[in-house]
Amino acid sequence: MTVPTTPAPARMRTVTATVNGVTRSAETEPRALLSDFLRHDLGLTGTHVGCEQGVCGACTVLVDDVPVRSCLLLAVQADGRRIETVEALAQDGELSGFQRAMRDEHGLQCGFCTPGILMSVTAAEREGLTAEQTTTEVLGGHVCRCTGYQGIRAAIEHHWQEAGR
Amino acid sequence: MKPPAFDYQEPRTLDEIVELLARTDQDATVLAGGQSLVPLLNLRLARPDVVVDINRVPGLDGVEVADDAVVLGAMARLATLERDPVLADALPIVPEAIRLVAHPQIRNRTTLGGSLCHADPAAELPAVAVALDARLHLRARDGGRTEEAAGFFQSVFTTSRRPEELLTAVEFPRHQGFRFCFEEVSRRHGDFPFVGLCFGVRLEDGVVTAARLAGAGIAERPLRLPAAEAALVGHRLSGDLAEVLDAASAEVDPPSDIHGTASFRRGLLRAVIRRAAARLDQGGSR
Ligand SMILES: Cc1cc2nc3c(=O)[nH]c(=O)nc-3n(C[C@H](O)[C@H](O)[C@H](O)COP(=O)(O)OP(=O)(O)OC[C@H]3O[C@@H](n4cnc5c(N)ncnc54)[C@H](O)[C@@H]3O)c2cc1C
Ligand code: FES
Ligand code: FES
Repeated sequence: MTVPTTPAPARMRTVTATVNGVTRSAETEPRALLSDFLRHDLGLTGTHVGCEQGVCGACTVLVDDVPVRSCLLLAVQADGRRIETVEALAQDGELSGFQRAMRDEHGLQCGFCTPGILMSVTAAEREGLTAEQTTTEVLGGHVCRCTGYQGIRAAIEHHWQEAGR
Repeated sequence: MKPPAFDYQEPRTLDEIVELLARTDQDATVLAGGQSLVPLLNLRLARPDVVVDINRVPGLDGVEVADDAVVLGAMARLATLERDPVLADALPIVPEAIRLVAHPQIRNRTTLGGSLCHADPAAELPAVAVALDARLHLRARDGGRTEEAAGFFQSVFTTSRRPEELLTAVEFPRHQGFRFCFEEVSRRHGDFPFVGLCFGVRLEDGVVTAARLAGAGIAERPLRLPAAEAALVGHRLSGDLAEVLDAASAEVDPPSDIHGTASFRRGLLRAVIRRAAARLDQGGSR
């Protein structure tokens, strides 16, 4: 095993991104993950961090409308991009349609996985995917240890039905 | 865990990338989709001095279709290729195999070049590249070269790519008259398979006249199955394939690891050959 050498002090970078509609700027090390940048530098702790290996999906956010793992992007890669996190979903204290469906159908228990699922499903809804694609392919990218997925699937189906899709 | 400290470079042109990779005073790693590299950084299994992020370099993600080949840029995202109607028509095996890679959220970032350069022995796309005899275009500051897929993949996470080389594009021959499909067995949809198989045949009046088979998860690299291919010739896909299955079992020496034993993988290889043959017999993919 090689002995890690003390790293040279990393050059700080300024990252400027549109986060939930607001231009935000902060200094960060290049090695900082987008998930940590959102949580620690911008104080947006709604984005959860589970595995930091891309497996669990808790950290999923939208970058330029596309759902991605924020634990697998460097914060510096988000410079100049448009980011949406779970904090953007409720407007003026009103839950989004799918958030309401999740509550009505008991789509969460501890809620750890929920922010990531909300972002992936929100993107699927905007993209016009079917309920079937969303309950299988899209939800397949998220791990929930509590619900057994029944409530989440019901929330997706209920929400899609309500919108007449 | 968090990544170790590194210097971050964001070249804007191909020349700048190969210039950075040519420097010998530091260990530089290319950052493409980051869906394998960033987990390795987070686990501190990778400790590069410099991360060369090639995401802002234009022109590396093209899809070009010619009569005899399809050329795909190394930075083409799997999510884009998966939905490309021109590719679906010209080379449907590529989008078919892509749909078996990870989850949509991961495919939104994953690149074709990253998947090939990472060279996980169970990965789907390296097996497709080997089955089709893809040609990999590599570029360094001092010139370029082309490598056949069979020679590119050497061992677990190991390719013949030199550290100063960038993979720029992958050329897939179209193999007129062939039909291909991909079959795999994994624990859950989206996981790396225990065993995967890219299976292609050319048929005349229902009889196999040529075959191209390459497996994933059956060796330390994606592997062609020449004995099984030879045994297929002259058979009907609906007929008795015992000879083909025995040839395949005999020509592989799969690893035993925490995911499964060698005999388990041999059994799965037989199963995916049977499934692939049945699918192509009933029309299946092209
Ligand atoms: C949860 C999860 C599930 C997954 N499941 C699967 C699966 O089922 N099947 C599968 O095949 N993969 C799977 N993967 C791996 C995923 O597809 C990776 O994205 C892929 O292996 C690497 O592609 P990338 O573009 O992200 O490359 P990166 O992670 O950026 O790079 C990977 C390696 O290749 C090098 N590299 C990348 N591009 C180039 C280039 N153009 N020239 C030279 N070197 C380059 C990098 O330096 C690095 O060493 C999974 C990943 C995750 C997180
Ligand atoms: S924390 Fe990002 S996928 Fe688990
Ligand atoms: S609600 Fe607890 S992990 Fe999903």
